[in-house]
Amino acid sequence: MAHAETHDPNTPLEYRSETGRLNILGFWIFLGAEIALFATLFATYMVLSHRIADGPALGELFEVKSLLIQTFLLLTSSFTCGLAVHEMRRHNVKGLITWMAITLGLGLGFLYFEIQEFLHFIHEGANIGTSAAWSGFFVLVGTHGAHVTFGIFWVTMVLIQVAKRGLTPATSAKVFITSLYWHFLDVVWIFIFTAVYLMGMVTHNG
Amino acid sequence: MKWDEFFVTGDPMIYGADVSIVLTMVGILFYLTKYKKWKWLWDEWLTTVDHKKLGIMYIVSAVLMLFRGGVDALLMRTQLAVPEAKFLDSQHYNEIFTTHGTIMIIFMAMPFLIGLINVVVPLQIGARDVAYPYLNAVSFWTFFIGAMLFNISFVIGGSPSAGWTSYMPLASNELSPGPGQNYYLLGLQIAGIGTLLTGINFLVTILKMRAPGMTLFRMPMFTWSSLVTMVIIIFAFPILTVALALMTFDRLFGSHFFTLQGAGMDMLWANLFWLWGHPEVYIVILPAFGMFSEIISTFSRKTLFGYKAMIWSMLLIAGYSFLVWVHHFFTMGSGALVNSVFSITTMAIGIPTGVKIFNWLFTMYRGKIQFTTPMLWSLGFIVNFVIGGVTGVMLAMAAADYQYHNTYFLVSHFHYVLIAGTVFACFAGLIYWYPKMFGYKLNERIGKWVFWVFTIGFNVCFFPQYFLGLDGMPRRVYTYSEESGWGPLNMVSTIGGFMMGIAFLILVYNMYYSFRYAKRETTGDAWDGRTLEWSTPTAMPPFYNFAKIPEVTGLDHFWRQKQAGKVEKLKAEDIKPIHMPSNSGVPFIMASFFFVAGFGMVFDWMWMAIAGIIGVFATLFYRSFEYDDGYYVSVEEVIETEKISK
Ligand code: HEM
Ligand SMILES: [Cu+2]
Repeated sequence: MAHAETHDPNTPLEYRSETGRLNILGFWIFLGAEIALFATLFATYMVLSHRIADGPALGELFEVKSLLIQTFLLLTSSFTCGLAVHEMRRHNVKGLITWMAITLGLGLGFLYFEIQEFLHFIHEGANIGTSAAWSGFFVLVGTHGAHVTFGIFWVTMVLIQVAKRGLTPATSAKVFITSLYWHFLDVVWIFIFTAVYLMGMVTHNG
Repeated sequence: MKWDEFFVTGDPMIYGADVSIVLTMVGILFYLTKYKKWKWLWDEWLTTVDHKKLGIMYIVSAVLMLFRGGVDALLMRTQLAVPEAKFLDSQHYNEIFTTHGTIMIIFMAMPFLIGLINVVVPLQIGARDVAYPYLNAVSFWTFFIGAMLFNISFVIGGSPSAGWTSYMPLASNELSPGPGQNYYLLGLQIAGIGTLLTGINFLVTILKMRAPGMTLFRMPMFTWSSLVTMVIIIFAFPILTVALALMTFDRLFGSHFFTLQGAGMDMLWANLFWLWGHPEVYIVILPAFGMFSEIISTFSRKTLFGYKAMIWSMLLIAGYSFLVWVHHFFTMGSGALVNSVFSITTMAIGIPTGVKIFNWLFTMYRGKIQFTTPMLWSLGFIVNFVIGGVTGVMLAMAAADYQYHNTYFLVSHFHYVLIAGTVFACFAGLIYWYPKMFGYKLNERIGKWVFWVFTIGFNVCFFPQYFLGLDGMPRRVYTYSEESGWGPLNMVSTIGGFMMGIAFLILVYNMYYSFRYAKRETTGDAWDGRTLEWSTPTAMPPFYNFAKIPEVTGLDHFWRQKQAGKVEKLKAEDIKPIHMPSNSGVPFIMASFFFVAGFGMVFDWMWMAIAGIIGVFATLFYRSFEYDDGYYVSVEEVIETEKISK
């Protein structure tokens, strides 16, 4: 808990305080645990994805259009999140907040389409209790969605702090950590996109 | 729901428990109020972020859980003492072995070790604190609340009864109706969050907070074992989190992960459970190995033999621990090839473990051995652990396992490993570091009584069980017939069990006796130790641990300094203001919300669950807005605390 501060102007702000450095390292390790968590969910989903009992097959209900919109929104949000951190490095608080706000908007859009899609599946007779395969689907994709939801709240809180306090070693470390989190969700989505949606549609149609 | 469904009724033992719980609560409230201790309790303990105090709270909780789990054990042994006993019925027996196994592993062994790690590791690496003191408090309180949630099951709603492994479909709504199984799922889930956070916290602490000069290969062995354990925790606990969540969904929201309907797969549970469960066994054994290494080296007056070999074997064990899980269900139809592969990987673990045993023996060879109580526990460990290990290799042979599987042979094996490994280590470590925590040693003479009564009782209890197992007595049976011929050995076993119970009571008496009469330590070096935790000038390190951070030049730095007569005296001019984190009540409050959420889920009262979860998030966000940079301890205060004369 020492608070040694580095004043080398080349060090990014978020790495200047000892606490900032420790928190960022700790968060990387936390992401390691998150990888283990999602890996377990993926493995579960893979094992169960063909066990559809009397329910519909997974690929049968997937829709390309919604999938592409969701993917587009989330990937773009990861990009704008990167721009936000870039602005932070340039000490441009306004730029940071603007790009982060756009990131949040895109995240909300993603959630909107995801929820629409879930409602559509439920309408078509596929819910968490339909079959093992659908249980696996809803919990894996839903866990990712819950992470996005939490991320939106979290980033909002951090932005309020940036607005109130400006960029300090403490606030910038928080921004940086939330950005790591956001990119991580993007990476997980790429796996969901491939392993769940693409593979589901290929096995169903091909 | 009616009151008599809410409270468990009908059993006189439970009414007895109800009464004693209420009386204890009233007693505590009365004591706190009468002696005006509320503020003290809140300021000194409930809001503390000091790793040493959190460690003590972990240990106190673990000892209480050892009592609870031990009472369960003795109830079972009483029931099994004679054939066709009517002391417990089958449902009650099932509940008791489930709570016994779960409590012993999740709420006793692991927290006990984490408690000792909390107290010792920051001191051993020459740090003022852990990397995230606030998070450390969150870890403790979530563990504690998880344990309490699990424990109240036997008076409110009913205990889980599907075994600590909770195999499906046994643990499903159909076969385990009522809230019991939910307690298991939520209690473990909440405590598991704390464990994962501990894993991250101590990994970063050990990697980043070491004193200057302490390279990785100069770290004491206990710190090393903690480091490896934390890595296992970080990869294993998320698996448990998922497994528990999926079963919770199955039970509360009608999903079909493990159910037989909806094409779910019960074997998926077994796989996920043991993918976590086997590494968990090493989470509770590696820190024990680390402690024995410290103690054996200290009381042989020698540097640990084969330091690097010890470390590499530990890393190997950690890696292997994720590759052997299938040996827990050799007989559930995985096929010959799969069984053979896992049989071989399992046996391979024996090799690095054997390396460690030889290292301990070579450390003692030609050493000046002092037979203190911690050393006795360590020697007892080696002998008994080898017995457990050898029978483990016997179980690892897949073909032979069809014979011993689910018999008392297995029960005996895992108790030899867990008790001789973990429980002996907890006792050894507790006695060894007791002066660091409380400023005096436990009485050695009474301590030796504890050791002998416990160790003899332990062997009397579990050795006969190997023969019962070979004779075909299955585990998890609540009674057996006269004709089976298992009666006499079971009686012997029960007598041994009660001897262990008596040893526990003597241990508690020793704590009381030593509190009253033991000579107080005047220096921090009660055992003439080798590692940095013994280098603090006062018997109990102050809340900031080290007035001046030590500089390390090699393994056993403190010991070599003492040998060379070059222990530096602390000088007033070396002291600078020390930065420390402030206390916080938020972790405690957050954990209370976890309790509300967990309790709501147990009874499927969603309004309550949601309220609790909102509370948890509210505390998280509250903390996010709190900019608390801690405070500085002034030079004068440090000089005063360290009693430096100017
Ligand atoms: C005081 C000494 C102890 C006694 C007398 C004792 C006795 C027992 C008994 C009678 C059973 C039930 C066997 C059956 O019916 O299958 C059992 C199961 C078990 N014990 Fe212990 N035990 C003791 C200490 C411990 C400790 C210290 C641990 C762990 C650190 C432990 C872990 C377990 C586990 C995991 C099970 C399996 C529970 C299950 O089948 O779900 N025991 N023990
Ligand atoms: Cu195993």
